[in-house]
Order: sequence, then structure tokens, then C-alpha cells
Amino acid sequence: MAEVIVFIIFAMVALIGGITILVAPDPVYSAIGLLAAMFSLAVMYVLLDAHLVAVIQVIIYAGAVMTLFLFVIMLIGVDTTDKYGIVAPAQRIMTTVVALGLFVAILLAGRSAWITGTNLFGTPDLNGTIENVADELFGTWTIVFLSTVLLLTIAALGTIALAYFGNEVEDEEATL
Amino acid sequence: MTDLLWLVIAIPLAMATINILIGRRLGEPLSGILATVAVGVSFVLAAIPAVDFIAGTGEPVTIRLFTWIPTMGVEAELLWDPLSMLLTLIVTGVGALIHLYSIGYMHGDERFPRFFSFLNLFIGSMLILVLAANYAIMFIGWELVGLCSYLLISFWFTKPTAAAAGKKAFIVNRIGDWGFLIALMLLFASFGTFDFGVIFATAPAVLSVGMATAITLMLFAAATGKSAQIPLYVWLPDAMEGPTPVSALIHAATMVAAGVFMMARSAVLFELAPATGVVVAIVGVATALLAAVIAMAQKDIKKVLAYSTISQLGYMVLAIGVGAYSAGIFHMTTHAFFKALLFLGAGSVIHAMAGEQDMPKMGGLRKLLPITFLTMAAAWLAISGIFPFSGFWSKDEILAATFNEGGVFYVLWLVGVVVALLTAFYMTRLMVMTFFGSGRWDEGVEPHESPASMTIPLIVLGLFTVGIGFINTPFRLGFEHFLDPAFQGVAHPEEMSAALIWTLAALTTVVTLGGIAWAWARYRRSELPAESGVWWRRALGGFFVDDFYGDVIVAPSRAAADLAVTTDEKALDGVAYGLGSGVKSLGTTLRPVQSGKVRSYAGVLAIAGIVLIVAMVIIGGGF
Amino acid sequence: MDGLEVTASWYLILAAALFAIGVAGVVVRRNALVMFMSIELMLNSVNLTFVAVSKDLGLIEGQVASLFVMVVAAAEVTVGLAIIVAVFRKRSSANVDELAELKG
Repeated sequence: MAEVIVFIIFAMVALIGGITILVAPDPVYSAIGLLAAMFSLAVMYVLLDAHLVAVIQVIIYAGAVMTLFLFVIMLIGVDTTDKYGIVAPAQRIMTTVVALGLFVAILLAGRSAWITGTNLFGTPDLNGTIENVADELFGTWTIVFLSTVLLLTIAALGTIALAYFGNEVEDEEATL
Repeated sequence: MTDLLWLVIAIPLAMATINILIGRRLGEPLSGILATVAVGVSFVLAAIPAVDFIAGTGEPVTIRLFTWIPTMGVEAELLWDPLSMLLTLIVTGVGALIHLYSIGYMHGDERFPRFFSFLNLFIGSMLILVLAANYAIMFIGWELVGLCSYLLISFWFTKPTAAAAGKKAFIVNRIGDWGFLIALMLLFASFGTFDFGVIFATAPAVLSVGMATAITLMLFAAATGKSAQIPLYVWLPDAMEGPTPVSALIHAATMVAAGVFMMARSAVLFELAPATGVVVAIVGVATALLAAVIAMAQKDIKKVLAYSTISQLGYMVLAIGVGAYSAGIFHMTTHAFFKALLFLGAGSVIHAMAGEQDMPKMGGLRKLLPITFLTMAAAWLAISGIFPFSGFWSKDEILAATFNEGGVFYVLWLVGVVVALLTAFYMTRLMVMTFFGSGRWDEGVEPHESPASMTIPLIVLGLFTVGIGFINTPFRLGFEHFLDPAFQGVAHPEEMSAALIWTLAALTTVVTLGGIAWAWARYRRSELPAESGVWWRRALGGFFVDDFYGDVIVAPSRAAADLAVTTDEKALDGVAYGLGSGVKSLGTTLRPVQSGKVRSYAGVLAIAGIVLIVAMVIIGGGF
Repeated sequence: MDGLEVTASWYLILAAALFAIGVAGVVVRRNALVMFMSIELMLNSVNLTFVAVSKDLGLIEGQVASLFVMVVAAAEVTVGLAIIVAVFRKRSSANVDELAELKG
């Protein structure tokens, strides 16, 4: 019963956070909305016995990614907000329709599997501890894990290149 | 010694490459000297193994370089026998002298190194042709020679006439090449190989008379292109538009020899097709007569020589036609020397007259150009056939061989004698109008003897012109036996009695002397005869064969080409343009979709996602 | 409310809702930063699906997959934010509607 209450509370927080991202005129509020949604999801992971994923969710998303977002918002100025009100009402309505349509479509697609499903979680002993996840990660999925190293390296190089060469071009234009 | 034979071909080709790449850096005299040396080295390399043949101990050798087309069994092979040896020596020897001469003649030309590059390429191509051991390799040389003639005849391509002459030579030769290609296909279909050795050894067993006739007629068609016979001779007079050394090279050593050589090489096949022999002989003698008549009326010194070449080639082709292959090759050899000499001499005269080629504006040059005069006089007597100059021996041998065939060939022999008369006439006319009488030069022209680089080749060629005839006299058929290894399986012409030979020779000599006397009497006056009669004008215009070809062949071709162009532009291009504009308008219609706005893309993506999911559910039978 | 249990469906419906919100955010917002946040939300909703199904089926692979998604998301965020900063330095704007040079 407690589980149900916790789920409902944090599901509400997550949804409100999401809608905040959607409607807040100031990006800072959007960022805070994202933060709330991410924390809620971390709680969900705990409920699902995925402890490691929950911890990483907090550290990576709520910690690193959110900091980065906020840092960039500060860097390029909080006042460069887009005026939500400027978006035409027609666009707003259309977007709402599309979003609802997508929601319904996803539910439709999955309905045979889980909308009507009454099955409880089948294997209570599944436990997302560090040991269990690491076993799988470094056992079966070693190659994939290693390839993420490559991905992150490339991402880091790309970021450096963007920062560095961007400056250079600007300087050239300035001298022109 | 024959191991290094490939160098004979490779050196001129390499030098041609060098000259075309860095010739400009080598500068004017050096690039020409190097090119001359390259051909000279080739001559020496060919002369060393030639000693065996000259001593009479040599055996024909096939030198295999590499496998060219394995699926067709075509090997890159060189054939070294007396025939190819002789041609190699003529090409490199006379070629080297012409190179040397060109250093002086082309002095000051802007594209001096380029000229020598082309000359070397010409020599190299001709050597490929003569040294080939199968028809495929020969065809490569054949085509390369055609290309070189185009490059050299239109060397001064800024002159429209020169550019046109180059194109004409190339296109007319293409018509002949068509014959060669068909002959190649027939040969391959019959023998399954192009190899000379196999073809000539098995030809009598494999070929039917009809097939042999077809093949030889096609080969002859090819030869009429390269060796300037009726009906494809028209390119040769126009080839005078090129620099004079080029004319000498084409007429003496390389281009025109190719057809006669090729037919001589294929002697075994021609032996199997007597009908072809008659055709060849008739065409040859007709060409000789027509060209000689036209030559009588020409006023341009080089045109006279051009038509004289055609006429002499007619003799050679006649020799092939009557089966006197050695005699044909012999005449080609002597002709190579005296015609090269005549052209180089004419070049020297033109050089002295500051580019004037019109004979009525010359005259009296005998004392001013003594070396040129003396050497050209030797060539004049040689081509006319006066004892003991080289032309006497070779021309008489052909006429005697023709006479010996009997029957219809008596007529051909008679025409041949008439041609000898005309030859004597037009050559004497040329000599008298150029060197005797009083000077009729334009004002400001001061004739002077040419530099040493031009006169030395004249002297060398002059000596050969006098002496070369003695390699084959009726008393000592050295040349014929010398060529024997190249004509295995070909019967010698019947032996003739000495009395008959001497009678015929005496007869021709009398006729020739008559021709000389006629021309001498006619032109050795203080005033030139007018030559304005209708026949003179017709002959001067070459009997308007060019115009005839223009109306009958070129004009319809042009009309067909115009039709094709119209079809292409209106019908085919219309479809293509229609497709293009259709796609373009489609693009214009669809262009606004590409709004550049990321959000609209995202929206479309989302809608597409919905559609996809719904479609999957429906197809999956979810409902 | 007795006997009411949280089933997998609950998590999955929540994930679908979050995903739809994320899509709406990408479509309706002009600020590149906020669009990015919406994308992060979409990725997170997918993670939730992975983990929930993992629990449902008793397979730990779902959690492993969610870790990989996080890695990809992190890489994407760094590069994406670097692009936004670079564009901002040139254009002094983070409004994607102004970046329409590829208009046909």
C-alpha cells in the first residue's frame, strides 16, 4: 500500500516537472522541472529494485547533466527566454493533439502486452545490485561497454573541437 | 645480337616522350640533336644484327617480348628477317638523315621540340609496324603511323589548310583501316591466330580461294589508304601542307611504304588469290598513270613530287600485283632514297626562295645552290630511270616482271612504259623550271645555299641514290636471294632470258630519254609555255577528284550528320530536357517543405511516428 | 484500496505520458536549451520503460540497457550543449527558428 502511495506521489511530481519544462517561460524553471522529473524517476527505479540505476540516475542526471544545463543557461544569459506566448494558439492546439495522439498510439501498441495485463512482477528476487548489474555488464556486454568508451572519447573530442575552432573562426571574422 | 632489338623501337619512343615532356627545357638545337642521335642509335642497333643477313648466314628470328592478349594467343613478338631488317634500316637510316635536316629546316620554329617528338614517334610507330611478328602488333603500328601523319601534316595547325589536310589524311586513312580490320577478323576466323609464322605456314591448306581473295582484297583496301592508291590517294597531295621534312618522311621512309610492305609481308596470301593480283596490278598501273598525268601540270614544286610519289607507288603496287614482291620492295628501297633526296632538295630550294613553292617564280638556281642542284640532279636521273642510277634497275625489274606475265599484262606493261615517259617529262620540267633559265624570282628574294645540317643529308642520300641500284641487277640477283628467307613459300618469278631483259631495258631507256628531250625542248626556252589549255587546267586541278568526292561522299555525309544533329537536338535532347525541367518543377513544388525550421521537422517526425505505430498495430492485427 | 498493487502497466503508462510531454516540448518550444531538456525527458521515459520491463520479465538486461542509454544521453548532452554555445557565440541567440539557413 505504501508502494502505491509513493508511486502516485512521485508520478505526479514527474508529470508536473515535465509540464513545467513544457510551459515555463524561463529556461531556469524548465531546468528545475527536469530536475524534479529526474529525481522522481530515481525513486521509481528504487521501487523497481534497480538500485544501481537509481544511484547513477541521481549522480549523472541530477548531478552532472543538470549542472551542465544550468551552467549553459547562465553562460548564454537567463534573459534569452523564448516567449511562450508568442507561439500561435493554433500551434499550441496542434501540439497538444499530437502529443495526446502519440500517447494514445503508444498505449494502443502496447495494450495487448500490458494495458490489460494484471500480472504482478513475476520474479521478486531480481535485484539490481551493483554485483548483479556488473556481472551482466562485464560478462555478456563487455564489448558494448568498451565501445561506449569510444563514444565518450569522440564526444569529448567533438566538444573540444566545437569550443576551439568556433573561437578561431570568430577571431578571423573579427579581423576581417 | 637480336636480344637488344626491342631497343630499336624503344629508343625513339622514349626520346619522343622525353621531348614532349621536357623538350622546351632542352631548347632548340639540343632537343633536335638528341632526337637525331636517338634514331641514329636505333640504326646502329639494327645494323649490327643485320650483318648476318647481309653476309648471307642469318636466320629469321622471332623475339618474344611479353604476352599481350592471352585469350586470343596474341604475343608481343618481333620478327627479324631480311624484309623487316631492310625496312628497319631504311626507316632509321633515312629517318636519321631527315632528322638531321630538320634541325636546320625547323630553325626558329616555336614548337621545335614538339616537332622532333612527333618525328621520333613516327619512326617508332613505323618500326613497330615493320618489326611486328603478327597482324595485331602490325595493326598497332599501322594506326600509330596514321596518328603521327595527322599530327605532323597539321603541325602548323594555325593554317586552316594544314589543319584540313591533317584531318583529310587521317580520315582517308581510316577508310583504309576499315579494310585492315575486316581482314584481321577474317584472318582470325580462319586461323584462330594472328601469328605470321602460323598463318603463312598453314595458309595453302586452310584458305579457300574465295576466302584468300576476300582477305587479300581487304588488305589491299588498307594498302590503298596508306600507300595512296586509287581511290584513296587524295590525302597525299594535301599532305604537302606539313613541313617539308615531314613530306620527305611520309613519302620516302615511313607512311606510304607501310601499305606496300604490308602486302609484301602477306605475299603468301596474295599468291593464293590470283584474282586479287589482277585487281592490284590494274589499280597500281592506273594510279601510276593518273598521278603522272596530274604531276605534269602542277606548278607547286612539292605537288609535283607528291604526285610523283603516288605514281611511283603505283609501280610498287603493280609489282605486288604481278607477284614480283622482291622487285616491289627493291623499288621501294631505291625510291626511299631518291624521293627523300628530292623532297629534302625541294625543301632546300624553298628555304632558299624564302618559302616560295611556285615553280614559275623560280629558275636559274643552278649556280646559286650547287650542292642542292647536283644532288637533285642525281635523284632526277634516278627517278627517270637512266642507267646506272638506282631507279633504272628497280623500275625496269618491275616492268620486266609485268611483261613476263603475258596476256592482259602486256597492256599494263605498255601503260607502265608510258608512265615512264611521263615521269621523265615532269621531272625534267621540274628541274628545268627550277634550276635552269633565268631567275623569275619575286623582288626581294635572294636565294642562298642551305646550312650544312641540310646539305649533308642531301649528299649522303645522293650517294645512295647513285649506288643503291647495284644491290640487285639482272646479272646478280643478290637482293632477291637476300630476301628469300622472308618469302618462304612464294615462288620466284620465272627467269627471263638476258636478251629479253636488255631489249626491254633499252626500250624504256629510249622512251625515257625521249621524255627528257621533250620536256627539255619545251621548257628550255627563254619564256615558259603558257599551259593554259583545257587539259592542262584539268590536270592542274587533279581532274577535280577532290570536288567529286566532295559532292558524292562528303556532302551526303554532311547531310546525314546534319540530320543526326537535328534528331539529337530536337528529339533526344527534348526528352532529356523535358525530364530535367519536370524534375525541376517537382523540386520547386516540394521546396517549401524544407522550411529550415527544426521544430516543424520535429512535428512531422512526431506525426509520422503516430502513423507508423498505428499502421503497425493495424497490420499486426491488433484490433 | 486494499489489494491495490503497482503493476508494470502503471510505470509504462507514466513513461508514455512523459514521452508525449517530451515530444510536445520539442515541437512547441523555441529555445534550443529547453528542446534539449525535452529530449532528455524522452530518454528518461524510455529508461523507465526499460527498467520496468526488466523487473516484469525478471531479466537484468533491461537495467544494463538503461545504463547504456544514460551513457549515450551524456555524450549527446555534452556535444549538443557545445553546439548551442558555439551557435550562441555567433548569433547571440538560442532560438532555433532563427537558424533556418537550410530553408529550401
